[in-house]
Amino acid sequence: MGRKVLLEHIDVPGINTLEVYRKKGGYASVEKALKNMTPDEVTEEVKKSGLRGRGGAGFPAGMKWSFLDRKSDKPRYLVCNADESEPGTFKDRYLMERIPHLLVEGMITSSYALGAKASYIYIRGEYMYIVRILEKAIQEAYAAGFLGKNILGTDYSLDLYVHPGAGAYICGEETALLESLEGKRGNPRLKPPFPAVAGLYASPTVVNNVETIAAVGPIVMMGGDEYAKIGVGKSSGTKLISASGHINKPGVYEIEMGVPVEEFIYSDEYCGGIWKGRKLKAVVAGGSSVPILPAELILKTAKGEQRLMTYESLADGGFVSGTMLGSGGFIAMDETACIVRNLWTFTRFYHHESCGQCSPCREGTGWMEKVLHRLEHGHGHSGDIDLLVDVAKKIEGNTICPLGDAAAWPVASAIRHFREEFEYHVKYPEKVKNPKHFEVEPFVSERLLAAV
Amino acid sequence: MAKVTIDGVEVEVPDGTTILNAARQIGGSVVPPAMCYYTSLKDTGGKCRVCLVKVTQGSAKDPRPMPKLVASCRTPVMDGMVVQNVTSPEVLEARKGVVEFLLINHPLDCPICDQAGECDLQNLAYEHGASTTRYEEDRRTFEKKDIGDKIKLHMTRCILCYRCTFVADQLTENRVHGVLNRGDASEISTYIEKAVDNDFSGNMIDVCPVGALTDKTFRFKSRVWFTKPMDAHRDCDKCSGKVVLWTKGDDVLRVSARKDQYGEVKEYICNECRYDHKNINDWTVEGPRHIDRHSVIGQNHYERTDLLKLKQEVERQIEFQKGKPLPEPNKSLTA
Repeated sequence: MGRKVLLEHIDVPGINTLEVYRKKGGYASVEKALKNMTPDEVTEEVKKSGLRGRGGAGFPAGMKWSFLDRKSDKPRYLVCNADESEPGTFKDRYLMERIPHLLVEGMITSSYALGAKASYIYIRGEYMYIVRILEKAIQEAYAAGFLGKNILGTDYSLDLYVHPGAGAYICGEETALLESLEGKRGNPRLKPPFPAVAGLYASPTVVNNVETIAAVGPIVMMGGDEYAKIGVGKSSGTKLISASGHINKPGVYEIEMGVPVEEFIYSDEYCGGIWKGRKLKAVVAGGSSVPILPAELILKTAKGEQRLMTYESLADGGFVSGTMLGSGGFIAMDETACIVRNLWTFTRFYHHESCGQCSPCREGTGWMEKVLHRLEHGHGHSGDIDLLVDVAKKIEGNTICPLGDAAAWPVASAIRHFREEFEYHVKYPEKVKNPKHFEVEPFVSERLLAAV
Repeated sequence: MAKVTIDGVEVEVPDGTTILNAARQIGGSVVPPAMCYYTSLKDTGGKCRVCLVKVTQGSAKDPRPMPKLVASCRTPVMDGMVVQNVTSPEVLEARKGVVEFLLINHPLDCPICDQAGECDLQNLAYEHGASTTRYEEDRRTFEKKDIGDKIKLHMTRCILCYRCTFVADQLTENRVHGVLNRGDASEISTYIEKAVDNDFSGNMIDVCPVGALTDKTFRFKSRVWFTKPMDAHRDCDKCSGKVVLWTKGDDVLRVSARKDQYGEVKEYICNECRYDHKNINDWTVEGPRHIDRHSVIGQNHYERTDLLKLKQEVERQIEFQKGKPLPEPNKSLTA
């Protein structure tokens, strides 16, 4: 079993209470940081660890922290992005539900490093029961003296608040999150200026994902260099992967960076292989926003090297033959899965969640969904496939925020790798009118036969 | 001051100027079109994506190009920036794409829309649009509503530039309308119909780039190119009183604020000047208003200054001949 940093004590009964959590070494990083380290030293440890943003973008956390404008006399804020809405991702929910104090500890240590006096956890409104769990954990922390005025007798004070959202994927984008936190419409802002300079209430702000902040506590305890030893190259440490789809053991797994994808899917330690004895067809490796890959390209790169679960290895091949680690929402599909139907489901999501500010995303997502609806229900014609590629190309890069790119990449990659399936839908409309068309008669391309 | 080169033309502008404003100082075809940006309103711009340009050199200090196309109406210039607008095929492709996206849910209302002839979207579609549409699906529709008692909202035509919300926010004390829902179900609305009653609310009609917000007192009265726009003013204690009267003969069909060459109003007018004074004698008329000669509004040649000169020449001749004896008749012709 690989080393576990975040989920080490997840199965201890009562780990969600402060008493048990403390007994297992919890909040030690708060004591170490506030009493023995300066804020800059904590930032240095995070930089040395090579921790990268775990929300999807993978931006080095230590570097983001160092961009924070420390010269301004405005108050600084740390905001935790717990708006986990990326389809296929449910790792933050697992962490916050079972071991909320890990996040609270990480928030305190990180706020100390950034010099924030008030920090917020913005959590999606659909996780209302987790809001109660977190509030209870925060109350326990206040009672024990880990939050509030003069924490542990030092002159550092911190107030931590939980703010629920109201059901918008777009509020997971950092500037839209800040707008929503300020009480306004969740529309993303134009960047620059970046939140590190002008974020929440036009003050310097750092926005980080739940998993990123939860890792700060263990990093401070073991030291940044020790954390950097786990993993491969620039992808250091461990990552929570929420595996779902046609596998035998779906769930949340904490893996060391660098585990081969083949081992992750087939080994009993992790997903346990494809269910019902079927064959793997396609994988969406990091939430629906990343390119979808066929089985032969997810297990090996285009050059024939083994693919590992790291940022670099999954991105090998760019958009032509690669994908991204993203948020870690790993969805595996077997040979009965219809790529067109799954793509339609994804575009339905993006159409519903677009904020509507900029024209390409607002209109383009609706257009792609409607074309795919027709294709999947047997009313497509041959011009539709090239139309989808063209629309995706015109959305990508022309939008205010990355939701436009996230809507365009799955469409472009699915057509690039599975074009024969789309053509099948155009050629045999009567067969595809049955929603279970590939369970009745799996679509087999020569490529699939040759691969696995 | 910063030097910026746009399409090969160099201009020097104060720091903090946006690329669009720098291009407007050069003028001509170098200026990218802009639909959601409004100079006199803060924080507008960046939404419609029509003004996207390519920055091939960020600045003299850091010459890396910007990876994506940027909205020129919200990007400040840096010294040494090199920008490509119409000289870049990528920019033209993107602009075509954006215009296509704006037209897929936009109804084909031109034959019955009051804004025809002075519509930003019409002008853009003429320059960058395709001759047929590729969109075969259903379009999103809304009911026509009155959001003020003199303003009719056609939400199907709205391109969600948010200009009306900004003008209500920044010009009036309280904004009662806003955007509900998200995505392409976004709707400009008040929760209570006809709730917009502020004295400067009529300016929403002037800032709307398409025919979504229309003046009910002018609705269906005439096409704009059959009217004669005249500059006029009156003494008004609430606003500047400087307007454009759109007249047909002696009738004032519509009163609106004066827009500059980029379609932006500099001095706003109050509702009284706009709706309540439709008699030409209420106004001091200054003269014909020059609308850009490319606009279809000028097609009625109301401004034929060559005819005006001829008239003045005839009057001068009459003055000159006054008091002089008539010339002797030519006897050989009248015998």
